[in-house]
Amino acid sequence: MTAPQIFPDWHGQPLDGVIAACRQLLEDDTYPTVRRWREAGGTVAGHFQVYFPEEIAHAAGMLPFKVRGGPVDPTQADSRFGSYLCSIVKTSLELVLSRRIELELFVTHPICDAARNLAAVWGRNFPYPCQILYLPQNANSAHAAAYLRGEYDRLRRTVEDVSGRRVTDDALRASLTVFNANRSLLRELYALKRETPWLAAADETYALMAVGGLIPREEHNALLAAALPQLRARTTRRHDRVRVVFEGGFCEQPPLDLLRAIARSCYVVDDDLLIGLRWILEDVPTDGDPLGNLAEAYLERSSYSPVQHDLRKPKEDMLLARIRGADAQAAIVTAAKMCEPGLEEQVTYTHALEEHGVPFFVSEFEENMTSFETLEIQLETFVENLLFD
Amino acid sequence: MPTTVDGSIVGRGNADGARLFREWFAGLTAAAEAGRGSAYVFVMGSLAELLRTFDFPIVFPEINSLQTAVRRVAHEYLNQAEDHGYSPDICGYVKADVATQLRGGELPMGRIPKPSIAVHTNACNTYVKWAEIWERMYKVPVVTIDVPGTRAAGTQTWPGHPDFENDRQYVLAQLRELIPTLERVSGVPFDIDRLREAMGHANTMNVMWRRVLELNAARPSVFNALSDGTIYLGVANGFRGAPEGARYFTELVEEMEYKSAHGIGTLTDERYRLLFIGVPCYPIFRRFTEMFTELGGTFVGSTYLRFASGGANLGFTYDLDRPLESLAEGLLLGVRDAMDNMFFQTDILIRMLDDLAADGLVYHPIKSCRTVSTGLADSRRALLAARDVPSLFIESDMMDRRVVSEAQLKNRIDAFFEGLASRRAQAALHTG
Repeated sequence: MTAPQIFPDWHGQPLDGVIAACRQLLEDDTYPTVRRWREAGGTVAGHFQVYFPEEIAHAAGMLPFKVRGGPVDPTQADSRFGSYLCSIVKTSLELVLSRRIELELFVTHPICDAARNLAAVWGRNFPYPCQILYLPQNANSAHAAAYLRGEYDRLRRTVEDVSGRRVTDDALRASLTVFNANRSLLRELYALKRETPWLAAADETYALMAVGGLIPREEHNALLAAALPQLRARTTRRHDRVRVVFEGGFCEQPPLDLLRAIARSCYVVDDDLLIGLRWILEDVPTDGDPLGNLAEAYLERSSYSPVQHDLRKPKEDMLLARIRGADAQAAIVTAAKMCEPGLEEQVTYTHALEEHGVPFFVSEFEENMTSFETLEIQLETFVENLLFD
Repeated sequence: MPTTVDGSIVGRGNADGARLFREWFAGLTAAAEAGRGSAYVFVMGSLAELLRTFDFPIVFPEINSLQTAVRRVAHEYLNQAEDHGYSPDICGYVKADVATQLRGGELPMGRIPKPSIAVHTNACNTYVKWAEIWERMYKVPVVTIDVPGTRAAGTQTWPGHPDFENDRQYVLAQLRELIPTLERVSGVPFDIDRLREAMGHANTMNVMWRRVLELNAARPSVFNALSDGTIYLGVANGFRGAPEGARYFTELVEEMEYKSAHGIGTLTDERYRLLFIGVPCYPIFRRFTEMFTELGGTFVGSTYLRFASGGANLGFTYDLDRPLESLAEGLLLGVRDAMDNMFFQTDILIRMLDDLAADGLVYHPIKSCRTVSTGLADSRRALLAARDVPSLFIESDMMDRRVVSEAQLKNRIDAFFEGLASRRAQAALHTG
């Protein structure tokens, strides 16, 4: 079966039009790409933040859909949850309760105490398989890769049952190739952010990246391959802006307008936004055992986030390395409201940044916040202090 | 009610529990004053039976934190941690512990030693983040024992199934990796016979713990799962793998069997048998229970006594002929069951309703604990769809008195009992 084109909106557009199409898709609460995929007979595997081995669903011909909340009011979901919760958990469920999104499979991960409840909550409300993928939390065990390989094999069987299609090693290898290309293009996008941030504002690069969770990776690859040369060809003048790293976007996502507000006074030269799409840092080998290779890459050639404990990757050291690697002058250390791991890490980050003399700006956000004036004024003051210090 | 009650038996569990706690804290204080290190662990998957064999004093920061709330000083600790940078929106246990560490281990019950090592499972994600704080504060080894849980409701696998074996091999490998670290940190060589002995004590405790929970099917119930049960739970955690713990639970079963045989309950007039789902309201611990008992309600069971015992309720007995393998299996099954009691509890609650002949359910989600609280509203919907049973849903906190409104709780609880009474009256009319 030839995969249907579900996001043609950017085709034939100049760069600004491509970016506008991506923004529009991200803010469209009807999720037209998923709807088109299903109308063409496709099945959808929803996976909650942060990382999911999308190749396994892709190899079965399913659309891996990144469940990361959305621009909706959780009117139905509110009654399923307690009061003290982050927004993403509630709006994610709202997307399915309101039938904006329909799935054949839902997978969550034990990234935090709230998210690990989602498989149970989802499973009580929907008849399709809703499960937890237990990514290893002891990344330092010599047995972690073998365990994860087994866990991926379990997921493969689930995906086969749901899709009705056998996931062969060859199909997995083909999917690895598609996703390796995607990761490579995203690395190029982030290199451009670091090297020439005046050519691509934070909200623009985010829009180009984030649509990857809503469309087939083949389409995302084509989009990025078309956009990257156009970004490089821009003649935007370089401004005297502070180079910052944005940290705190690993799960719930800040609204695009927040990123736009930051971009007005800063060059965001690196970030952890949707880090799951960029979790694996290098190409996954396509020879040998594809599931084993994918498991090994998750553990050994991967980024960091507050929701993975790895003795080799102390988060504060990783953030400092990210700041140094991007030649940033400061950090914006955010956390989503009620996000326990993010809020806990914020303390560590700020103490480490203080110790190393790196200026930082601390804030909290919510995916559906609509007022950015106060934050923008505070950020401008922070930036002015840096520029004129 | 018997004409004479054996005073040496009835009430022994509570008195001995309090005494053991005092002795435990005296031991921790002595260790702290001697400058000894300790092992920091958590209640769900403490591995105390293994750690004891390396002579570590064992510290349970969750228990320390809840004690600050019970003794009504939690706010002092919470404020100190918030001044240090921690958000009001994170786990209160973590913040009370941060403040405890900033105070050099000082607590109302004594002083705790600094950690030499921290060993924790993933039963609660906050365990992982919490241990990272000690890792940074003290530069000590922090070992995560990753225990995969149930993937979806009703899909548990068992020994022999490839998925179970994948999980078991992973847990076993981690235990094998842990032992050299424990030897290095403690300076004590691993002694498999000492492990067998400690596991034997844990076996006794597991079997007896399960029996204690079963005995509350008696009418009247022989202990209040919220007040008395929390004392027993403290001993189950603090003395896991120790001879004192095994003896305590053996005697507790004797006490409960005596009470059951003689019709001795916790209330003179037990009118409503309730299940408690969630974590207790420690800032007003005694008063919270009284708001139910004053109206003839007693808690005959709780998910808390199951998950916070690390799944000891299963009554799992280790095979002492293959201790490490069996420790891995027991840890996997116990922690998985603890997690099931938090995430996938619908069927568990239905069984508890039947086994304990409960009249109603009290859901108590709390601000501090998303692990337990996130899905409770939805879980309640599912349970009420399956069973016609009265339920109460009240929110407060386990640590932070700022989010505990006693008056509001009382209003809701009173209304719940009115509903219970009305329901009973209606039922009597229909059957009469």
